[in-house]
Amino acid sequence: MNPVLRWFHQLGSPPYFYRFAGRWMPWFGWSALLLGALGLYLGMVRAPADYLQGDSFRIIYIHVPCAWMSLFVYVVLAVNGTIALIWRIKLSELLLLACAPVGAMFTAITLITGMLWGKPTWGAYWVWDARLTSELVLLFLYFGVIGLASAYDDVRQGARAAAVLALVGVVNVPIIHFSVKWWNTLHQGETVRIFGQSSIDASMVWPLLVMALATKLYFAFAVLLRTRGLLLEQERAKQWARDAVTGAT
Amino acid sequence: MTALRPYRALLARDLKLAFRRRADLLLPLGFATLVVLLFGIALGGTPERLAPVSAPVIWVTVLLAGFLSLDGLFRPDVEDGTLDGWLGGATSMVGLMYAKAIAHWLLYGLGLTLSTPLLAMLLNLPVDLLPVMLAALAIGTLGATQIGLVAAALTARLRRSGILLALIVMPLYLPLLIFGSGAVDAVRLGESPKGALLLLAAQTVLLCTLAPPAAAAGLRIGSDNPP
Repeated sequence: MNPVLRWFHQLGSPPYFYRFAGRWMPWFGWSALLLGALGLYLGMVRAPADYLQGDSFRIIYIHVPCAWMSLFVYVVLAVNGTIALIWRIKLSELLLLACAPVGAMFTAITLITGMLWGKPTWGAYWVWDARLTSELVLLFLYFGVIGLASAYDDVRQGARAAAVLALVGVVNVPIIHFSVKWWNTLHQGETVRIFGQSSIDASMVWPLLVMALATKLYFAFAVLLRTRGLLLEQERAKQWARDAVTGAT
Repeated sequence: MTALRPYRALLARDLKLAFRRRADLLLPLGFATLVVLLFGIALGGTPERLAPVSAPVIWVTVLLAGFLSLDGLFRPDVEDGTLDGWLGGATSMVGLMYAKAIAHWLLYGLGLTLSTPLLAMLLNLPVDLLPVMLAALAIGTLGATQIGLVAAALTARLRRSGILLALIVMPLYLPLLIFGSGAVDAVRLGESPKGALLLLAAQTVLLCTLAPPAAAAGLRIGSDNPP
């Protein structure tokens, strides 16, 4: 068998994944912490202040990476849902469950930082901007997945139901995004946009990219940690799980 | 057309069951009228204040009233074992989902759409907006029914679905609401509602294609024949 394919199949086995996650988790966690500290230092201290917004723009070093992650995590969640529904891989169900709270957290941070930035810049905590609104809807899609999964007594059934909902959601995310955009432009024309795609200076981009990497690594860390916990809970009757808990390997 | 017989039978059964309980059938309309009454009172009841908000209020009211009927979409079939019969039988689940959706839309979507002139009258909706309002509601409620079908299927086996159903359904209603109420707004501003209505119809077509298979997969969860 192709070694990559074999590795992939092995990864689907709970004890193997548990050990694999345990090995990689510290790397992800520590590198996320170091890169996060570095990115925040570069962004908060070293990057020059914006000529229009002064220091308030610095919140983008948290806001933008989290916004990227909020969509990225939903895609990861939906991909795992697809795998869970088609190939019935138990591990994917758990990965889906592990992704949901992390993604919801990133979405909530995006919304909160966006609102805090909106107050000095736009003069209001909330404006019905297309991006803000679709981010809010995304938060509710996450809540739907979490709520549905936890409403089932059986974890696997809950994960399956959440997987179907995640797929419905992933079809709808672009529709929601574009419809909100259409709705927004119909009513008030172009939204105030201080950042163009290319109008940001290189000295401001670097901290952003560092932070983007840090959030990705944190996501990997958090999902592995959560999945390990879920695996132990699901497999508590199995010998390997008992050995893992008692430390007898 | 014997191939369609099981689906026609299910459609006829759902309609017959609904008409045997006429009081239940009228409840969504009563609910919608009450919501409109509350809005009318909260807004002070003057035509100048009511007219500009009447179309959005009717949209939200119809979506909420239709939402109330979702919990009962599959629950009786789960409880009396009909669902297990479907899942074990040879009839296509997706086809049955279409029958379910059509019955639900005829009873609630179309029913509520046809009663909008009453709500429109209470809210002083300008008369020239009524045709586009009815067209948008007839199309949009079909899409809403399809979204509800999936959500009801996913929560059918839970003991209680209430607020969870709302959490699943409401965010997905958003694009329908945007284009539905956008079509009415376009007429109000003297523009053509065609674009918004076509986009609304496009969404409804997409939902009619994707929702029944998703609902069928949702109902299999927790059964003896999982998806």
